Amino acid sequence: MIYIEIQNACKTFLQNNEKFTAFENVSLSIEKGEFICLLGPSGCGKSTLLNAIAGFSPVTEGSIKINGKEVREPSVQNVTIFQNYGLLPWRSVQKNVELGLEAKKISKSERHKIADKYIEMVGLSDFKKSHPRQLSGGMQQRVSIARALAVNPDIIFMDEPFGALDAITRMKLQDDILTISRQEKKTIILVTHDIEEAVFLADRIVIMTANPGKIKSILTVPLRSHRERTAGDFLQVRDKVFELFNMKHEENIEYII
Amino acid sequence: MKKLLDLKNIMISILLVLIIWQIAFSVSNFDNALFPSPLQAFQALLEMISSGVLFVHIGSSMFRFVIGYVSAVIAAVLLGLILGRLPKLFQYINPAVQLLRPISPMAWMPFIVLLFGIGDIPAIVIIFIAGFFPVLLSTVSAVNGIDPIYLKVAKNFGIRQPQAMWKIIFPASFPQIANGIHLALGTAWVFLVAGEMVGAQSGLGYLIIDARNNIRADILLADIIVIGVIGLILDMFLKIAEKQILNAWGDIT
Repeated sequence: MIYIEIQNACKTFLQNNEKFTAFENVSLSIEKGEFICLLGPSGCGKSTLLNAIAGFSPVTEGSIKINGKEVREPSVQNVTIFQNYGLLPWRSVQKNVELGLEAKKISKSERHKIADKYIEMVGLSDFKKSHPRQLSGGMQQRVSIARALAVNPDIIFMDEPFGALDAITRMKLQDDILTISRQEKKTIILVTHDIEEAVFLADRIVIMTANPGKIKSILTVPLRSHRERTAGDFLQVRDKVFELFNMKHEENIEYII
Repeated sequence: MKKLLDLKNIMISILLVLIIWQIAFSVSNFDNALFPSPLQAFQALLEMISSGVLFVHIGSSMFRFVIGYVSAVIAAVLLGLILGRLPKLFQYINPAVQLLRPISPMAWMPFIVLLFGIGDIPAIVIIFIAGFFPVLLSTVSAVNGIDPIYLKVAKNFGIRQPQAMWKIIFPASFPQIANGIHLALGTAWVFLVAGEMVGAQSGLGYLIIDARNNIRADILLADIIVIGVIGLILDMFLKIAEKQILNAWGDIT
């Protein structure tokens, strides 16, 4: 069943009185519970596309429908996780996670309980009272993941969520997000320029190219939910992505006589 | 250790002022009554303390200051938060603000005295005017400068007005607003004295005029010292409060 349906979507901006096309002719259908990675170089419009699906800046042509309804504005049902976390520095970890629950009519004790559950899930129970600035980048992104999960959204959007983290922290968080996504059965759309990240996480990789931004191809990742970064089948898929970006050099054999 | 060092610096600084004052007193040929020595000023201070006159004047000055300054801060922050979120409206209001801002609050004095007479109100109004504009402008620019990600998060989690104002916009812009509030304190204190010199029958500013009329330069200088010390103490209190609050903000600097 199609859950998110993007049809001939196009987004243009006016920049210094010149029309600038972020992406055009984007059509994509996503099913409930899928993990989709939008992969491409900078300038391919992947973040703009994500913002359009999330409702922050609607498309100029075509349509994006979630559950049959046209997307016009952001909704609590579809939470976005940002690269620079978007945590409120004046609130403790606990109060940050409770933020989304405050707009819903949920009692204070219930809020605490829900927040506790998700703070524990991301392994930050000892830091409930800390403020975001006292935490490392990886921990801050965990808080933001807990905050997103706390409102029990249908879809989670991630805009290069691990881009600001060091390689080892990034891999650890990728492991966690994969586990959580299987556990919580959310539909996840993640924007990245990291090929390995896309292959590790996605059910399907949407490969985009720039000038103008468009979808080049969609690759179904034939791997199981438990993935090994060094396994042969993983490297095969990665190889395939490299090929699609035309990044593989042809081997020239030199003959010396 | 740092505090002790600060204290040492303050003591040396005060000592320097007193020495220069004493030297100026010794070498100049002014009449003692017109240019008193530090000791004479100190004696005048003791005289005012023992008679209780000083505290009556400090009391009425502080009363006016607190009312004028606090109401200016509250009004300017509220208006600034609203105008900061309504840039279309602010572009019509901003020119008027820019026109009024460079006018010294003292220029309004005759007008205010004519309308309200002599008493508490002229000084309060002057302090209000002096404190209002810096806080208003710093609040508007603080709100305009909020990281857009906070607004995105608010929108995403369904936090609408008026909650968004006090849950997101005010706290996000608070560090910069606090800066404006702090600056306004000094300005307001300066204009309290000026306001009381013209429009009041009590207070530290009035005391200056009164000392002049009685040719009591010693009282005048003692009063000036009191004004300086109270200004310094107010600033210190605000600094401490500011630090406390910003700590709660998670160390934004």
